[in-house]
Amino acid sequence: MTLLKVENLSVDFPTPDGLVAAVHETSFEINPGETLAIVGESGSGKTVTNLALMGLIPTRTANVSGSAIFESHDGQIDLLGIDRNDLRKYRGRDIAMIFQDPMSSLHPFYTIGDQIIEAHQIHNKVDIKVSRARAVELLEMVGIQGADTRMKSFPHQFSGGMRQRVMIAMALVNNPSLLIADEPTTALDVTVQAQIMKLLSDLQKDLKMAMILITHDMGVVAGAADRVNVMYAGRIVESANVRDLYANPLMPYTQGLLTSVPRMDRPHTERLTAIPGQPPSMIALPLGCSFNPRCTRKSEVAGSRCQTQMPELTLRGHEHFARCFIGEGS
Amino acid sequence: MFAYISRRLAVSLLILLTVSFAVYVIFAFLPFDPASLTCGKNCNDPGIIEANRRRLGYDLPFFTQYFLFLKGLFFGRTFGEGAALINCPAPSLGYSFQQHACVTNLIGEALPVTFSLAIGAIVMWLALGIGLGILAARFRGRIVDQLSTIFVLIGTSLPTFLTGLLLMVFVVIRWHLIPFPSGNYTPFLENPFEWAQILFLPWLTLAFAYAALYTRFVRSSVIDTSNEDYIRTARAKGLTESVILGKHTLRAALAPIATMAGLDFAGLLGGAILTESVFNLPGLGRLAISAVVKYDLPIIVATTLLAAFIVVVMNLVVDILYAYIDPRVRVA
Repeated sequence: MTLLKVENLSVDFPTPDGLVAAVHETSFEINPGETLAIVGESGSGKTVTNLALMGLIPTRTANVSGSAIFESHDGQIDLLGIDRNDLRKYRGRDIAMIFQDPMSSLHPFYTIGDQIIEAHQIHNKVDIKVSRARAVELLEMVGIQGADTRMKSFPHQFSGGMRQRVMIAMALVNNPSLLIADEPTTALDVTVQAQIMKLLSDLQKDLKMAMILITHDMGVVAGAADRVNVMYAGRIVESANVRDLYANPLMPYTQGLLTSVPRMDRPHTERLTAIPGQPPSMIALPLGCSFNPRCTRKSEVAGSRCQTQMPELTLRGHEHFARCFIGEGS
Repeated sequence: MFAYISRRLAVSLLILLTVSFAVYVIFAFLPFDPASLTCGKNCNDPGIIEANRRRLGYDLPFFTQYFLFLKGLFFGRTFGEGAALINCPAPSLGYSFQQHACVTNLIGEALPVTFSLAIGAIVMWLALGIGLGILAARFRGRIVDQLSTIFVLIGTSLPTFLTGLLLMVFVVIRWHLIPFPSGNYTPFLENPFEWAQILFLPWLTLAFAYAALYTRFVRSSVIDTSNEDYIRTARAKGLTESVILGKHTLRAALAPIATMAGLDFAGLLGGAILTESVFNLPGLGRLAISAVVKYDLPIIVATTLLAAFIVVVMNLVVDILYAYIDPRVRVA
């Protein structure tokens, strides 16, 4: 059974300078308990994809199309087709979200206890004491010392890592079947990053929860993900199981991402290589493959196909898809 | 919290002492002889002037005068002796020879008028400014927002004396919507209905100007707050839009309004000079302005000090209130 099946999701923002296709005909699936990582540079469409699924993109400013069939607690729903007011019932209950910056994601004027209790109360018609007990339980689960007294603390009385733990506790209070984690460790210290990722994967196993992990950190991906979608300029350019992707990246962009991070299993004298150039302007995407101006291997493709034609996402191996003319059809 | 409040109280007292000294310095070194001002325009009798100088203590050295003034605040003060003895009980702010009255009594009559004016106006402008500001933010770019922009433009550009006169001309004289104000202020406890009837147009005049400023401020504050990450979190929790606005957005967006309203209220209590003049209200503003015109120095000193006192006290109130609203301030 598939938990979430996204098909042809597109998000366009009309701007005075033209239409920005932030996400273009993206399709993917996620199974219960699985972790899907979405990787890409800033502006590649990874966050917009997930905000669209949560119904958090204002309809006035964007056109969202496609379908996203989700297995909710009361049957199948289309996250993109359902009325916004009905979608609200599933937000925070079936699908929860944690964000990049725990410093600004908690309301500064309310105690963390109040904020977690509120998240429980919206979706459960129970006495406030029940919600309170549940909040304390969750805070203990995410490793907050003295959870019962810390309920009365305000967000500014916590460190960054602790706040992210609070965010996680708040997200998990209703036992969601899918957690969307949008760069959950980007704003944290490296040592704290490791703790938070460990916590997330432990909780995920215990609660049998699926997770969409949005990140640009290939190290985090290797440690946590089952499957990886690499996004570039609003499109998925490669999708594979995490082992296949690291062992055999097919798209030059993925190869560039992987060689730009240091690895323990490579000689330490080897220099890291950066991907040349900048991500393209989303208003004026280059003709052909969006990556072609930065691609170091386009000479391997006969003629000027890379500059004139957008390659399709095609199956290259066991559940391994890539959008590239190199190696296509071989 | 207790340490914070006591520290703030100590600082406030120090500020008031400094202000009183500064005002007194100006008072003492102005190129007017306070004694000759006591005996009217065409008075040239040096005997009377010297007698008044002694009576009011203007012959004493500067620091002695200042000390007597401070002492009078706490213990009351007497001027002259024998049959001409004048007693101004504590808190004495001096004696106005021109009005033949203790300044404290004059202020005691004027303050309730100004307070009534200010309190009604602030209620009106907060209701109007906050309400309209929220609506404009919520329906940004739509017709409500555009109408509010027009309102803000008119409200901020019309001076209060003009608004007051226009209201007077149209509402009272042309359209007879409100009977002509008798011109006599009626205390609230005497006749609340008449009190409100007399003050309605002055309230409206003041509220109109302030509401425009507040509408603009609330609108941008609500819009800024709705873009905060924690509002996105609230939405991701599955809260309804009305709860998000009412509980999460407004709490943060209106916190700065408390500071603004407190200080504007303090400013008005010091005397709404123009509005009081237009509507002929015997408030502090009019007391001060007539004292300035007539060089009635004891009243000028007293009203200035009172205005400073009100501002200092309201600052303190606002800071304590803000610490209550925003927990981040409490530890500081």
